[in-house]
Amino acid sequence: MRLFESAQYKFIEARRKAYVISGIALLATFAAMAFNIVSIGSWLNYGVDFTGGSLVQVRFDVEANDASVRAALGGADSPPVTRFGDENEFVIRAPIVEGQTINEVAADIEAQLAAAFGAGSFDIVRQELVGAKVGNELQLKALYAILFSFVLTLMYLAIRFELRFGMAAVIATMHDILLTLGFLALFRFEIALPTVAAILTILGYSLNDTIVVFDRIREHLHEKGARKRDPIDLVNQSINETLPRTILTSGTTLAVLIALLVLGGVVIRDFTIVLILGVIIGTYSSIFVASPALIEIQNRYGLGKSGEKKPKPQPATV
Amino acid sequence: MIAVLIVTATAGWQLYSKGLSLGLDLQGGMHLVLEVDDPEGTMTLEAKSDMIDRVQRIIGTRIDEFGVVEPLIQKVGRDRLIVELAGLGGEEERAKEIVQRNAFLEFKLVLPLVDMTAALPRIDRAIVAALGVDSIRALGRDVVVAEQPEIVGLIFGNADSTSADSTGVSDTTIAEEEDDPETNLQPFSSLLNQGDIEGTYLIAVEDVPVAELFLAMDEVTRAFPRDETLQWGSDIVGRGARNYQYLYVLSEEAFLTGDLLNDATAGRDPQFNQSQVQFELSRAGGRLFSQFTGQHVGDYLAIVLDGNVMSAPVIRDRIGARGQIEMGAGTPLEEAADLALVLRAGALPAPIVIIEERTVGPSLGQDSIDQGRVAGMVGMFLVVIIMMTYYRMAGVLAVAALGVYSVLVLGGLAGLGANLTVPGIAGLILSVGMAVDANVLIFERIREELTAGRATRTAVDEGFANAMSAIVDANITTLITAVILYQFGTSAVKGFAVTLSIGIAASFFSALFVTRTFFLVYIQGKKASDPISI
Repeated sequence: MRLFESAQYKFIEARRKAYVISGIALLATFAAMAFNIVSIGSWLNYGVDFTGGSLVQVRFDVEANDASVRAALGGADSPPVTRFGDENEFVIRAPIVEGQTINEVAADIEAQLAAAFGAGSFDIVRQELVGAKVGNELQLKALYAILFSFVLTLMYLAIRFELRFGMAAVIATMHDILLTLGFLALFRFEIALPTVAAILTILGYSLNDTIVVFDRIREHLHEKGARKRDPIDLVNQSINETLPRTILTSGTTLAVLIALLVLGGVVIRDFTIVLILGVIIGTYSSIFVASPALIEIQNRYGLGKSGEKKPKPQPATV
Repeated sequence: MIAVLIVTATAGWQLYSKGLSLGLDLQGGMHLVLEVDDPEGTMTLEAKSDMIDRVQRIIGTRIDEFGVVEPLIQKVGRDRLIVELAGLGGEEERAKEIVQRNAFLEFKLVLPLVDMTAALPRIDRAIVAALGVDSIRALGRDVVVAEQPEIVGLIFGNADSTSADSTGVSDTTIAEEEDDPETNLQPFSSLLNQGDIEGTYLIAVEDVPVAELFLAMDEVTRAFPRDETLQWGSDIVGRGARNYQYLYVLSEEAFLTGDLLNDATAGRDPQFNQSQVQFELSRAGGRLFSQFTGQHVGDYLAIVLDGNVMSAPVIRDRIGARGQIEMGAGTPLEEAADLALVLRAGALPAPIVIIEERTVGPSLGQDSIDQGRVAGMVGMFLVVIIMMTYYRMAGVLAVAALGVYSVLVLGGLAGLGANLTVPGIAGLILSVGMAVDANVLIFERIREELTAGRATRTAVDEGFANAMSAIVDANITTLITAVILYQFGTSAVKGFAVTLSIGIAASFFSALFVTRTFFLVYIQGKKASDPISI
């Protein structure tokens, strides 16, 4: 079986359309983040892992709903309660009040629930308590890790390829992470530790996809007469040649992820959704963002020999 | 081929022998992060680091007592401690209490066995009276005098159970109330053997739980001789073929507690090349100690932490505010350092607080495992179908290589003792993706070469050679990311980084060596013009 055999799509020519799509998506991203800052006070819906606070997940043996759980926890003053998956389970998130130990918060919730539903009518299946300090540190650490990995990737690609390849790859990866964050902001996904792992996976996947295309471009550049070829044509050829591989790899990864989404249970559901989205964005960006970025960088700054940017634009020769 | 077999077999063996352990988020259990409570920020990092070391030591001892399988008690950074306990089954609160409890260090006098041994019949009777004969039978402790006349004997090494027994217990026990078999039960005293250190009994480790049960009873402690008590030693010692734990006879009152101890350091006596612990008491403590040791030269001094005797050195001389404990020739310095840590543990300058806690009930964990297993298998099945449909015979080879990959990754994780967590699964998915990708890259290249009209063997060789650069670069950049994440990350992100790193190494090996080996076997004997199924 073969798919996209000797495809001849003009990807680079379509780059302006891609810019518009990405541009709109990025605008939506920033709008969603800005809206979140106004409405919930932070640009992403950080979970207790990042903000500090308590999370108590309760499984009821008796019939319960959001409203009855809220009523049990003080009606209007109740901490946020959300249903967990489709089961008779609820997640209660309570901030930690100054001077109160984290253990007291959980005990308090348990006591209130026992008063309303009767002791023994529910089980606490999960309980997380995170001090505020830990949460803040975590945000910084995650940020540093991502930035640092950008820098090293850039250096590695500059050595193995050329600086512009590294720059284009980082631009594409940033694009992917931003769009994923935008999605998370738009749908107010709770950001927990596994979400961070999902974002990092997207980073790795996107980079992998981009490098495969770049590898092909590099190969064609080393062929005889490459310097005389139209760079757009060369990049197009490379993308088309790697297209079967791109589709097959993404397809296979998506198949695994969809299996996890459908059958994997509630615990990893959010996490899987983020990964699926990331694979789609990552595939899109390696074709429509990374490669065009390479062309744009070259159009603007010239060829650049192993990292030296030349100020004067030169005739385009990838 | 042979290399592939060896590596796979090794990984498979690791997986089989060690098993893959699941992280707390999947298995259920408790994860705690502890920190020194220092709201004003007045303590130096060194002081905090030292405190965390002491707390680690204390919690280690306590958790051992708790009997959790493979607890993790790890210092992270310099001022934090992670405690992970799996499978607590509803005992989370007690575990938390144990972790947070302040350490309590006491100095007590080790007493001769005479009085305690004389009290043993009284203790036995108290147990029989409190529990009833039936429940004692149920415990398997219905030993009667007639069945085992020699209760207290020397057991270490030699079979000579008639050795000198200065305490004369046997006589006492037998002498009393011989006519009533019900009251002659010896549930407790039959567990005891005379220790090889003064003031101790030895109890076989398998009997320890029953003995603990008895010792926890008020009826038993009331039957102790005046001002005497029994407390466990912390070490387990082998005597002959069996293992024993010491039970010390101690003064009930501590003559000195940990708050009077200022400092303790481990060192080496240069003259005798002997490990030793030097300690320093407060002035009040020094006065008490001087008076006490002056009266008890030649006696043993028990150092008791949280109710366990950590060490019982002999008092050689009157000691004031400064003293030293000699560890005996040939004792490693680590043991001295450990004892110093125990001494300092009793005097923590600030409380320890839990700053992060995650408890996952076992039920939630089990659901996740079941669903994850099904989903994972279906996912792998889909990969197999896609690869075989698309690449036919080559796809079969790739699937076989992926099988090897799976064994390598899981074996690698098991070998490193890593836990599989939700973020870990993410790392695994990414690396499965990369393993598939590597195969796809190679096959696409081979197809291209075949389309270009190359002979079978040449096309396969060229395909592998040309796909190499893309695979190497993609794997190395991802590895760079994984390493950075490991460096920066918290435990969850680390789990991701570890599985990803192992996954990349395995995928690299499986694509370049395993697939290649399978391929070479497959095309062996084919002529240049023979078609291959790809």
